[in-house]
Amino acid sequence: MLNPELKLNPKLFNPDVEQVPIRKGFGQGLLAAGEVDKNVVGLCADLTESTQMNLFAEKFPERFIEMGVAEQNLAATASGMAAMGKIPFISSYAMFSPGRNWEQIRTTICYNDRPVKIAGSHAGVSVGPDGGTHQAIEDIAITRVIPNMQVISPCDAIEAKKATLAIAKTKFPTYLRLVREKTPIITTEETSFEIGKAQVYWIPDVGLAQVGIVATGALLYKALLAAKELEAEGIKVKVMNLPSIKPIDSEALIILAKETKAIVTVEEHQVAGGMGSAVAEVLSQNYPVPIEFIGVHDKFGQSGTPDELVEHYGMGKDSIKDAVRKVLKRKS
Amino acid sequence: MILTQEKILDLEKKANDIRISLIESLIEAKSGHTAGPLGMADIFTLFYFHILKHDPKNPSWPERDRLVLSNGHICPVLYSTMAHAGYFPVEELKTLRKFGTRLQGHPHREYLPYVETSSGPLGLGLSQAVGMALADRMDNGVGTDRYIYCFMSDGEHDEGNTWEAMMLAGKNKLRNLIAVVDRNNIQIDGFTENIMPLEPLADKWRAFGWHVIEVSGHDFNALNEAVEEAQGVYEKPSVIIAHTIPGKGVKEFERDYHWHGTPPGSGPEDKIKKDKQGEVALAELRTLGGKIKSEHQ
Repeated sequence: MLNPELKLNPKLFNPDVEQVPIRKGFGQGLLAAGEVDKNVVGLCADLTESTQMNLFAEKFPERFIEMGVAEQNLAATASGMAAMGKIPFISSYAMFSPGRNWEQIRTTICYNDRPVKIAGSHAGVSVGPDGGTHQAIEDIAITRVIPNMQVISPCDAIEAKKATLAIAKTKFPTYLRLVREKTPIITTEETSFEIGKAQVYWIPDVGLAQVGIVATGALLYKALLAAKELEAEGIKVKVMNLPSIKPIDSEALIILAKETKAIVTVEEHQVAGGMGSAVAEVLSQNYPVPIEFIGVHDKFGQSGTPDELVEHYGMGKDSIKDAVRKVLKRKS
Repeated sequence: MILTQEKILDLEKKANDIRISLIESLIEAKSGHTAGPLGMADIFTLFYFHILKHDPKNPSWPERDRLVLSNGHICPVLYSTMAHAGYFPVEELKTLRKFGTRLQGHPHREYLPYVETSSGPLGLGLSQAVGMALADRMDNGVGTDRYIYCFMSDGEHDEGNTWEAMMLAGKNKLRNLIAVVDRNNIQIDGFTENIMPLEPLADKWRAFGWHVIEVSGHDFNALNEAVEEAQGVYEKPSVIIAHTIPGKGVKEFERDYHWHGTPPGSGPEDKIKKDKQGEVALAELRTLGGKIKSEHQ
């Protein structure tokens, strides 16, 4: 059942569950952050509406810089603004920022330790028809590897808004991973969010869980659907939402591993270097258990509908259920 | 600011001391860049001892001007100038590039917070300076009396990021931004015009919306007037293209691109044998190229 303490969306399993793009939550969060702190500034590389920075740009035109299609300059200019006390949010598609401008992010933002917030929209294969060039599935790997950087991947628009407000208050460079398509609303305004914290969203009705599923981003919804069906089939699982990939909640992961002794990670990203790898780094050193990884296995994306692509690359509900059954067998 | 003849003599002496110190630090380090630092010594001296609004005893003074060094590999001259200006002891220059030093091979703010930016990878400084100028204008308006200076190399015009930054500054008419290009015509693989031609460089900057001033990089009076002219331009950012001599001050090193990334002791041997390169360079600088018998004269 859904963890009652976390006040999640009670209509989550309804067929007509409300769906909102995660990037919308960023747009609202940035507007709110701008109202709280006059040092918050926005810079965008010719995708202001698409990344939802338009809400901020319309309200605070004097604090918004249109950069044109120049993501390298986007990152380095933001670093200079941060050097003067600003809290810059930069936005583009994840493939171009932090994709195209990775070295600018490393040198001018992270090496300088400047509090620039990098909002990368259109992450994952669920970008859909635009095809593989625009589907960032390497972004978690290339950002979490940089010292000083935080990496946050919200599961829905409400969590994205909270995350945007939270990262505006920290002094760390931060990558915020956003998704284009509408995805189900999982949390509510009452659900807590904290950088560095993971929470268990699904718990067995009674008894201990046999498998722990750790999910990040919108695929958390598929993991919850899988958990509900597995429960009906007699397999008890816990589903953890892990929005904060760096810093990672090692303590919560170790507790989950100790209870379940088998883990499945779920992310819309390459298996290599992503959230699952981060989880494996923690558990292999502290409490080694079998892990199955749901994600893209060393392939590029392609055109299609989001659902077709999620299924094709083995990240849908049934793939998650299969992975749970597989890891259960590996336990003994 | 007016530059008197007396002040010019003082700056010339200071620049020579800075050259001597940077050569000493490179000899000690046994690696690092020689040509660029020697070529830019006069410009660094003019800025740190005459132009910049700064306070070495209070490096984080919020009202200070900002000087961004984009081509971080010439940091021996930055470190030497900062030491002579009083940011840290001149003796510390001997730690250049050694384990545990504040004077990293390329500047890092975490180790030496007095530098405005970490740098080294080329083509990134102008963007950061543009960001600083934009932020300053947001806070203090278009009439701000603070200047953001960006020292950059000619070779780093090969980087696309440089041109992105030039476009953004031109678009935003950043009158508080002044770039200084070290036009020494060399880069690692050879002469800039052979590696990737930059000319007509001044026309290119003009086309991007900048006010362009060309000047000798070794004439204190002309450089000072160029900065004053740049500060007086209201409607656009300015660039001072400073024509410098790489290796300036040691005639055997001058204009030879082989000295770009090589310290005395490891350079080309056509004029001086490796084991004599440090000694000859210091002797030349200490005697002002033979004009005086010793630095004590």
